Amino acid sequence: MALRDYDFGTPPSQSDKMVTLEIDGFSVTVPEGTSVLRAAASIGIHIPKLCATDSLEPFGSCRLCLVQIEGGRGLPASCTTPVAEGMKVCTQNERLAKVRRGVMELYISDHPLDCLTCSANGNCELQDMAGAVGLREVRYGYEGENHLKAEKDTSNPYFAFDPAKCIVCSRCVRACEETQGTFALTLDGRGFDSKVSPGQNQSFMESECVSCGACVQACPTATLMEKTVIEKGQPEHSIVTTCAYCGVGCSFKAEMKGTEVVRMVPNKDGHANHGHSCVKGRFAFGYATHKDRITAPMIRKSIHDPWRVVSWEEAINYAAAEFKRIQAKYGRYSVGALTSSRCTNEETYLVQKLVRAAFGNNNVDTCARVCHSPTGYGLKQTLGESAGTQAFDSVMKADVIMVIGANPTDGHPVFGSIMKRRIREGAKLIVADPRDIDLVKSPHVKADYHLKLRPGTNVALINAMAHVIVTQGLANDAFAMERCEPASYEKWKAFVSEERNSPEATEAITGVPAETVRAAALLYATGGNAAIYYGLGVTEHSQGSTTVIGIANLAMATGNIGREGVGVNPLRGQNNVQGSCDMGSFPHEFPGYRHVSDFETRSQFESAWGVTLEAEPGLRIPNMFGAALDGSFKGLYCEGEDIAQSDPDTQHVHAALRAMECVVVQDLFLNETAKFAHVFLPGASFLEKNGTFTNAERRISPVRKVMPPLAGYEDWEVTQMLSNALGYPMNYSHPSEIMDEIARLVPAFAGVSYEKLDRLGSIQWPCNEKAPNGTPTMHVDQFVRGKGRFMLTEYVPTQERTSSRYPLILTTGRILSQYNVGAQTRRTMNSVWHSEDRLEIHPHDAEQRGINDGDWVGIKSRSGETVLRATLTERVQPGVVYTTFHFPESGANVITTDNSDWATNCPEYKVTAVQVTKVTEPSEWQRQYRQFSEEQRALLEQRSSAAG
Amino acid sequence: MNIENLVKMANDIGNFFSAEPDRTVAVHGIADHIRRFWDPRMRKAIIAHNREGGVGLNELPRAAIAELDNEATLLREAGDG
Ligand code: SF4
Ligand code: SF4
Ligand code: SF4
Ligand code: FES
Repeated sequence: MALRDYDFGTPPSQSDKMVTLEIDGFSVTVPEGTSVLRAAASIGIHIPKLCATDSLEPFGSCRLCLVQIEGGRGLPASCTTPVAEGMKVCTQNERLAKVRRGVMELYISDHPLDCLTCSANGNCELQDMAGAVGLREVRYGYEGENHLKAEKDTSNPYFAFDPAKCIVCSRCVRACEETQGTFALTLDGRGFDSKVSPGQNQSFMESECVSCGACVQACPTATLMEKTVIEKGQPEHSIVTTCAYCGVGCSFKAEMKGTEVVRMVPNKDGHANHGHSCVKGRFAFGYATHKDRITAPMIRKSIHDPWRVVSWEEAINYAAAEFKRIQAKYGRYSVGALTSSRCTNEETYLVQKLVRAAFGNNNVDTCARVCHSPTGYGLKQTLGESAGTQAFDSVMKADVIMVIGANPTDGHPVFGSIMKRRIREGAKLIVADPRDIDLVKSPHVKADYHLKLRPGTNVALINAMAHVIVTQGLANDAFAMERCEPASYEKWKAFVSEERNSPEATEAITGVPAETVRAAALLYATGGNAAIYYGLGVTEHSQGSTTVIGIANLAMATGNIGREGVGVNPLRGQNNVQGSCDMGSFPHEFPGYRHVSDFETRSQFESAWGVTLEAEPGLRIPNMFGAALDGSFKGLYCEGEDIAQSDPDTQHVHAALRAMECVVVQDLFLNETAKFAHVFLPGASFLEKNGTFTNAERRISPVRKVMPPLAGYEDWEVTQMLSNALGYPMNYSHPSEIMDEIARLVPAFAGVSYEKLDRLGSIQWPCNEKAPNGTPTMHVDQFVRGKGRFMLTEYVPTQERTSSRYPLILTTGRILSQYNVGAQTRRTMNSVWHSEDRLEIHPHDAEQRGINDGDWVGIKSRSGETVLRATLTERVQPGVVYTTFHFPESGANVITTDNSDWATNCPEYKVTAVQVTKVTEPSEWQRQYRQFSEEQRALLEQRSSAAG
Repeated sequence: MNIENLVKMANDIGNFFSAEPDRTVAVHGIADHIRRFWDPRMRKAIIAHNREGGVGLNELPRAAIAELDNEATLLREAGDG
């Protein structure tokens, strides 16, 4: 893979109309609106340029790209001059050369000439241009005023800013505005005095900067530079792979020196991210080589014994023997496995195959259980497929964007940036969220309506919107009657029309003024293409599935489905949530969402795998815990998932883990769950293995090995060894063979292969004979289930109610710099931005309790108690408190309860009744946790090798 | 399995189907959901609980569980050996 991308100078034009012109005597035909610079680049003529780059709108400031146009006056900048029919352009002649040399001379006279020791040496556009224009002397001395002494800003942990090298091309400023949408950089002053700085002459860390790195990537000089490049030098080769953090699934070039990653650069050809990224994907990869990585297998009899380092063979054989012993003693159904959304498709597929074929039961689940299982259920029931309906790019055609229970700028930052761009272009925005998320108000973005509802009342709100749409005659009856089951539509209309579902009636429940709901519903139904984006604020509720169904009902009733710009779009939390669900990591479904009781499907898998398969559903994660405490579930193989930290009601989970006789954890670190484990199998990071991830838009993207696995094996190989030891043979020699098997067995993947992924870059499933290159938009002519199905969505209040003992509602969320349980990001410099979980509380509630900003506060629920520091903020409404769950010692899940979604048991993370009081010491749970953690750390340190 | 928890889960499912005007459809919907999503040891426990009077179970889930009880063939010896 080439290290440097071809730069066309300006973005492509979207016009269908073609224009023909002549450049240096060559005829070229390009879309109308293309710049002369780009037209020339398209036929290999490189006009010198500095301030233009094809990811940004041209600015025309450096004057290096001047050209001469026949019959025209002066020398226009080719980056800002659009092509015209019959135009004749000359890009090189004596006059142009002279002007360009003059321009370069001025730049260089104010630029340090330390090229040989500069971090950009070998990859500097200023150097290149000096060469291209034939600069041979600089007549202006360095005696005059210059910027060479300007101070460096190294406050950002990942990149440095050295203003002495700045040529004020403003590419960084435009990248921050156009690409990222944060507006953190400013260009101050004019002419010689002009300079770039974050905020109002602040440092990067003090400014609004979110460290996405777009400016660093856009900078043509060494002014903005990754610290890893400054330390290690320029990379020498690159490999395209996929980010392992969030559900956006950004494509990256891992830029390497041998087997060491020098930097991650978002891939311009990436179909999900188009060359953009966030702080996690671009910078937070250091965990992969962190000293905490465990790279040798370990076993122990009891969780109070020190670990014993053993060979792979011994560890695998021990685990297999334990599972067999447990099954012999407690029955076939007493063991199971969990996969994680951080696993690749191939790994997940293999683990569920191991459970079904080697364990002989269906006890396999994935962490999607605790985040997006209601999406799978709700969308399957209504539309017929457990997946989002659109591609991310579809948002660029939306006129109305409704965001409910999602925080894209923090949770899905790159998609958040695309969405903000569309909103700046004029799309209307409805936000339904209990908090003032950034989208509600940020530079150049403002929500038209913020429905600031009480946590746990989504269904009432959606019903109220449906009520307005139906009773005001705003529904698209023609679409609904033709594309959906008419009887279900009629029934639904009658239901939502009931007075108790009106905005006036639900105002008391949701807290959202009726007129605001009416206005938002009117906008959604009549504002043009309307698209709904939702996240865990929808799913992680006792009525999570009901809300998903309600959202699908709204889209069907208004005809907002089946084309670009509309749709129902779940924003998946982790990178491979979609994939882990697709791969059948569910106790009731085979890969491809087909129920285990379905005879035909089962027969197909039985003949492919050569075993008889179980026809009854197995245990879901919370049921496994229940069964463990009950004594009927004794052994767990857990790959890449940290249930001890991420699942609700921590004390209950810990008790269940202690009740098991064999817990096998396969992970990078001794995570919280591993503290309860008997076998530890070292995992491989995404940089150390091959496979695929599937993002929130159903896009399958390749994950490629850029360095050898630290522990010797890729994760799929470990599962394969375990299966063989259990007596069920697996003999894959590469993950591509696993994908070939998936393609044979899952209809939506029929056309997928590694060869095609290499060729196309990525593929959105369904990919089959009908859609050989994949399917960006679903349900175009008909729904996957045939006719869409409306379902009734009765609002049922959560049983988690406030009372005089627990008067506040706690809701949870996440932030940009940390990822999920934080096992990875906490081991990077990202902790600079977020080094502890804090409790956000409204100043009014704080005052009543005598709490000041920064005070330690106890948060007590019916499940447990923990202590965090308080942040006073009006982002939360009175009566609601908020926290994140990135640090294990915070024990945010000690307080969450075991309430869960009625259909899928997805836990109700988003609503817990609590009391908050000022305290001076950690909670009892935290004390015990610390003690246990210290014991486990000591047992790890005392680990002995088999020989010693 | 903790029976209170199972009762709560069954009632939650029942609440979703309570909006359905046709009672037969609702009862059937609940039964089908439990059949498709609950491990047999959970179904067995709730059926046993229902046979003993079904304390805490609402009316609709109770009828649905009775429906499941009639399909005894579906139950395998699970979770207890
Ligand atoms: S890192 Fe991103 S947010 Fe920060 S200044 Fe650069 S472009 Fe703007
Ligand atoms: S920092 Fe880089 S991108 Fe920004 S103005 Fe200076 S040279 Fe241009
Ligand atoms: S974390 Fe998400 S948005 Fe950020 S780079 Fe990775 S995939 Fe992209
Ligand atoms: S590249 Fe056109 S003016 Fe700078």
